Amino acid sequence: MLYTVLCYNDEASVFAWSKEEDDAVMARLNVVHEKWEARGKLKPSIRLLPTSAATTLRKKDDTVLDGPYAETKEQLLGFYVIDVDSLEEGLEFARELTKANPGGAYELRPIMIYNPGS
Amino acid sequence: MAWIDGALISARPQAVAALLRYFRDLDLAEEAYQDACLRALKAWPKNGPPRDPAAWLIMVGRNAAIDVTRRRAKQTELPNEDQISDLSDVEADVVQKLDESDYRDDVLRLLFICCHPDLPQIQQIALALRIVSGLSVKQIARAFLVGESAMEQRITRAKGKVSGAGVPFEAPDAVERAERLAAVAAMIYLVFNEGYSAGADNEERMAFCDEAIRLARLLLRMYPAEPEITGLLALMLLQHSRAAARYGKSGEAVLLEDQDRSLWKKAPMQEGLALIEKAMRSRRSGPYQIQAAIAGVHAHANVASETDWVEIETLYQALERHTPSPVVTLNRSVALSKTQGAEAALNLIDPLADRLDGYFYFHGVRGSYLKELGRTKEAREAFSRAIALANTPAEAAHIRQHLDSLSAQK
Repeated sequence: MLYTVLCYNDEASVFAWSKEEDDAVMARLNVVHEKWEARGKLKPSIRLLPTSAATTLRKKDDTVLDGPYAETKEQLLGFYVIDVDSLEEGLEFARELTKANPGGAYELRPIMIYNPGS
Repeated sequence: MAWIDGALISARPQAVAALLRYFRDLDLAEEAYQDACLRALKAWPKNGPPRDPAAWLIMVGRNAAIDVTRRRAKQTELPNEDQISDLSDVEADVVQKLDESDYRDDVLRLLFICCHPDLPQIQQIALALRIVSGLSVKQIARAFLVGESAMEQRITRAKGKVSGAGVPFEAPDAVERAERLAAVAAMIYLVFNEGYSAGADNEERMAFCDEAIRLARLLLRMYPAEPEITGLLALMLLQHSRAAARYGKSGEAVLLEDQDRSLWKKAPMQEGLALIEKAMRSRRSGPYQIQAAIAGVHAHANVASETDWVEIETLYQALERHTPSPVVTLNRSVALSKTQGAEAALNLIDPLADRLDGYFYFHGVRGSYLKELGRTKEAREAFSRAIALANTPAEAAHIRQHLDSLSAQK
């Protein structure tokens, strides 16, 4: 069975970590990553860039908003990973999806693959 | 208890800013925040982190300060820790009262008082790092290579000047808010540049870059729709992503085109690129966005020879329109020399000679154009002038290499 593990924390305090703190956390995480990767059970690990880099497409009126999707009454139902040349191209993809499936919103958030996994 | 440190540091600007609004006194606000932190260190390990650490600190800080005032007056007893820590019911109210718009104006005010125009730039930087970022006087003193007591005095004097000038407590109108944002953005960029120009051997001061980025993140969280704040953060992230490549083994500065680009850090670079693209969509351009876009063009080039100089030249033209200055034109000439050759670049900067005569970089750049055109004698004169004006041994050493290569040509 495939699962995704979604990571939540307070962005502001994570960004207040010192470099030493950040390195220490990454070192501890890497121990876990390596163990599970060796078992062939860790697939790509992805770091979302901060919410300030996010752009949200509100589907009902095709409005592009600065920032992450902030409503709480909808639930996260899925996600795509796309490789596009620009935010504009990413929005083009999201708009095509909207035609097929109106309602809700798409948040476009730049990501970095920090471990491709096994 | 690293999570507590992180939460305290990130909540500090909001907490001190709100306490300043309550007490209308910077020292009292800082004392109250310190007090609240001490209580947090006792209460949080036991009770876990509060839902909104800033709101907790504001509430507890305010109560503690009021207690202190009362105690000074009547010598009454302090309430015990458990009573103060048990905020679960009250916290919700405070959180509701302290919505984003309160935080926004509070934090902006706190940052704004640090950029009082009467304060010299160094004092603005020191004050912001002390009050908003919460760096210790010792850390700041070490970064500026002065004694702790001297720095303490400077900060005290700066605080005195700020209080004497009167802190603007009324909520700003739209125009004032825009002016404050611009002043604060400039101050944050000052902090960044102080770190950026520190040199490889001053780690304390290099850390100012991280502080400036943190302050810009804070500001952007409050004003997500301000493209110039987005641009400022993007600019700093892109410049800072090159930090590891900017100095060689013996601490000498490595020019952008000679840098080992595999040392550029991917995460801040990607974030910077994403931010600048977002900001540009607003179609409300400004100097930070344009400078970030220029840094972005460099970031897109995997090797120096792939740099899109045509795009950079266009961006510098846009920057000239926003902030006309001979230094911007000088920078544009570098792009022009790549697209149209040294002759065109030289023609562009020759009219600037009067205004930039005392500027190291002008003579260095001019010398390299003359050298390229084979006007060796004039090139040598320009380089000699540059060496005389060099601000650091590294700058002088770099020009000397040019001079040496001229001699070798003969």
